[in-house]
Amino acid sequence: MGIRLEHVNYIYSPDNAFRKQALRDVNLEIQDGEFIGLIGHTGSGKSTLIQHLNGLLRATSGQIYYNEQNIYDDKYRMIDLRSQVGLVFQYPEHQLFEMTVLKDVCYGPKNLGLDDDAAVERAKEALAMVGMTEKDYSKSPFELSGGQKRRVAIAGVLAMHPQVIVLDEPTAGLDPKGRNDILNQISALHRQTGITIILVSHSMEDVAKYVDRIIVMNRGEVFMDDTPKEIFRQSEALERVGLAAPQVTYVMRQLHKIFPELPEDVTTVEEAKEALLHCLEADK
Amino acid sequence: MIRDITIGQYYPANSVIHRLDPRVKLLGTIVFVVTVFFVNDLMGLALATVALAAVIGLSKVPLKYMLKGLKAIFILMIFTVLLNIFLTPGTELVHLGFLKITKEGLVLAGKTAIRLIYLIVGSTIMTLTTTPNHLTDGLEKALGPLKKIHFPVHELAMTMSIALRFIPILMEETDKIMKAQQARCADFESGNLIQRMKSLIPILVPLFISAIRRANDLAMAMEARCYHGGVGRTKMKPLVYALRDYLAYLLILVYILIWTGVKVWL
Repeated sequence: MGIRLEHVNYIYSPDNAFRKQALRDVNLEIQDGEFIGLIGHTGSGKSTLIQHLNGLLRATSGQIYYNEQNIYDDKYRMIDLRSQVGLVFQYPEHQLFEMTVLKDVCYGPKNLGLDDDAAVERAKEALAMVGMTEKDYSKSPFELSGGQKRRVAIAGVLAMHPQVIVLDEPTAGLDPKGRNDILNQISALHRQTGITIILVSHSMEDVAKYVDRIIVMNRGEVFMDDTPKEIFRQSEALERVGLAAPQVTYVMRQLHKIFPELPEDVTTVEEAKEALLHCLEADK
Repeated sequence: MIRDITIGQYYPANSVIHRLDPRVKLLGTIVFVVTVFFVNDLMGLALATVALAAVIGLSKVPLKYMLKGLKAIFILMIFTVLLNIFLTPGTELVHLGFLKITKEGLVLAGKTAIRLIYLIVGSTIMTLTTTPNHLTDGLEKALGPLKKIHFPVHELAMTMSIALRFIPILMEETDKIMKAQQARCADFESGNLIQRMKSLIPILVPLFISAIRRANDLAMAMEARCYHGGVGRTKMKPLVYALRDYLAYLLILVYILIWTGVKVWL
């Protein structure tokens, strides 16, 4: 079960001068309950790829299966797919439009055909998940802070009860606290509900800290697909495609040269702390 | 669907039309539009068609791409044609209840449709082959003499170029917002007229907000770079006529001469 992509190609404006191949022969398998990081430099095809996952873009060639069903099948209902695979775009706060926060979050559930009471219930539940309190329900979305707006927008997708949620740079342009809040809430959501999460990010630190598997895109192709440890071990390859390993990985690698007993494949600050403490303990 | 609107968009290609001075293209377009307005006989129509076809061929912009722009005015065209067919008095051909089709009506409808198509295609060629910057430069230079009577030429040109520049930006934005709402299972296609209009609110509200935000940002960015209107402003790449531009002017003159010749003697 999950999502499977087979030989997916996508070409923008195939028949005129604006032609651009955005995806080249992408083959992927995403299992239920995974927490995946999708990285790649600007223009590597990340955003194009994720828009295929809920059928907003249709592959020029290739097939996509959701729970073993071909989504390009004539009988397949796109609305089912979109309610199952939630997509949070970059700067999702720009899509808010309702008079109140609660009403805006109700928009998705209502589109699924839920009645008012059920929609409100789901909206409240989703808003609680992103840490919005009851006193914010009746506020206009436009009087909230940037981080709050973004959380409301994410709640708008969560309220549809998706099985997979794709977030395109959910922390872009937020202050450190706003970033941590959102990422921690996403991580908690993953732990509590077990839904699949695909996180598009430019921050290697965030990716290293939260995800179990990393997919690296380059020029529309899947460049690497492995665990964070394995991916960040190959930092030269990452640098060639305009990325890097987390800074702490570089620091620990330098330290490893001086103290060979330290591990060299550390990817998070937490892990580095443990390793250093362990090393100091052993020294005593 | 939203990408079908080609009016005001630039299509990059390497052609002699692309390289022409924008002033030549402006004059050429104006001459063409005026003649199309006065087209009344087959000779004139043939002349305009030949001229248009030649320019389209030289521009290296795919014809298919150019005709996409017509989709936007399709409804207007149908409306005009129908009104012309049914409401023109004259020799009666067919009688349908209270409606009647006249010979004059059919002719007029045909002429109007052709005029509209030629007008749109003719002016689309200019924007397709000229970057907004070039177009503004050309307009500013061409209208330069009006500065003497305190006509705000620079401001007009700047406003126009910003408006043109914003068309693709806002289209992209619309596309993005539509997708974002579609990801929340929005349905823009089904339902009756009222339901469909209502379903546009989730697109229009964010679009207006974003347009205002962008306008604000742009104004700020211009002020930050000390923009204060056209006084004392020089150009990095001043417009200079090349040989091909004089030749093009000559061709426009020839076109006008043939046109008047046809009008006067035929």
